[in-house]
Amino acid sequence: MPEVKIKVVDRDGKSHEIEAPTDMSMNLMEVIRGYNLAPEGTIGTCGGMAMCASCQCYILSNHNLLEISDDEEAMLSEAFNVKSNSRLGCQIFISDELNGLEIEIAPE
Amino acid sequence: MIKTDIIIIGSGPVGLFTVFEAGLLKMRCHLIDALAKPGGQCSEIYPKKPIYDIPGFPEILADDLTNNLLEQCKQFTPGFTLGERAEHIKKQDNGLFLVTTNKGTIHEAPVVVIAAGLGSFEPRKPQIENINQFEEKGIEYIIKDPEIYKNKKVIIAGGGDSALDWTIFLSNLKADVTLIHRRNEFRGALDSVEKVRNLKNGNKINLITPAEIKSVHGTEMLEGVTIISNNQDKYIACDHLIPLFGLAPKLGPIGNWNLEIENNAIKVNTFDYQTNIPGIFAIGDINTYPGKLKLILCGFHEATLMCQSAFKIINPGKKNILKYTTVSGIDGFDGSRKEAPKAVIEAINK
Repeated sequence: MPEVKIKVVDRDGKSHEIEAPTDMSMNLMEVIRGYNLAPEGTIGTCGGMAMCASCQCYILSNHNLLEISDDEEAMLSEAFNVKSNSRLGCQIFISDELNGLEIEIAPE
Repeated sequence: MIKTDIIIIGSGPVGLFTVFEAGLLKMRCHLIDALAKPGGQCSEIYPKKPIYDIPGFPEILADDLTNNLLEQCKQFTPGFTLGERAEHIKKQDNGLFLVTTNKGTIHEAPVVVIAAGLGSFEPRKPQIENINQFEEKGIEYIIKDPEIYKNKKVIIAGGGDSALDWTIFLSNLKADVTLIHRRNEFRGALDSVEKVRNLKNGNKINLITPAEIKSVHGTEMLEGVTIISNNQDKYIACDHLIPLFGLAPKLGPIGNWNLEIENNAIKVNTFDYQTNIPGIFAIGDINTYPGKLKLILCGFHEATLMCQSAFKIINPGKKNILKYTTVSGIDGFDGSRKEAPKAVIEAINK
């Protein structure tokens, strides 16, 4: 199964090296949930519609991600703890280009 | 005290469908929800988003689904305690549960069903120092009684549908509304954006963007806020501040009810979705068991099976035979009756 390696720093500051499949139409929020790196109910509340910002994360590596959409930008404008490298995990779809991605999950 | 057969905590799709299934078995229900209207997450977070995996509906908007469920269960005349959070539960010596809300409303029933989704929705509070000091003293995160804003100076902060809708509603109520948002763009229904634009152009409201609330001021009650806009601080006197930054679900007090919890969800058996406390059931997204899927359609199934066991608790020793609604029709508690039309038996050659 084609996979990419991603480094995730959880909300307690602990770092995890995980592998994410590129052929399952998954997004970063779903991968984080799949690996239980954030407690259930604290991430992906809206299911992945860019409507809650519970999956906000900070991009730590220099990857070229898909451009931020209007929806995502609008949601981030209502979120807290937003930084210049903030993105919504649910809007980052797992693809080959993400190999080596490093992210940190934003506080609740 | 509100007395019923089944207390349902949560009025999302699964809670509403429970009313229907319970009604078929002649059991009455009363729903408690922290939100001011029924519908749960479907109505609150994504009302205009389509759902594609409800059996029989190739596509249905979340809001339409909950409206249909309300319509489907209305002949069973459910009661509602809205805008209140179920806070305490106690099993009495007579076997009946008492559920008390944060506002002190008491409910009594032999069966309690927790259908609370991801928990009760709590407003997301902006990180402003001393904001807690003025909660309910001028700062409200949820609008319960719009009339209190009549002829008052109200600041609404936020950029989504709620901020736009309440700006329109309160300005129509003759409140002096100032809408503040971090950016110039709003995320909401196009006609709401258009209406707010017209209100602004007609000098019916003040619109300040991009701007953020920096601090809140007052002695006993809120008296004003300082906003920061284009790197400049500005004081605005006001009677009310309504921050509308969405809602986040919290398991809340249910977590202290001695229920077995795993990963922020309530453990249940898969026979009837009963918890470790007999008489308390958990269905829908709030529960967990091996193989659990957080899908509305799975919640409907859980509600249906749960009602069979609830019937046995409420009617000990009484037999219950599965009936098909097409055959037996539906007798509502409101006196209504629905039934399949009778076939016409009449000779054509007379």
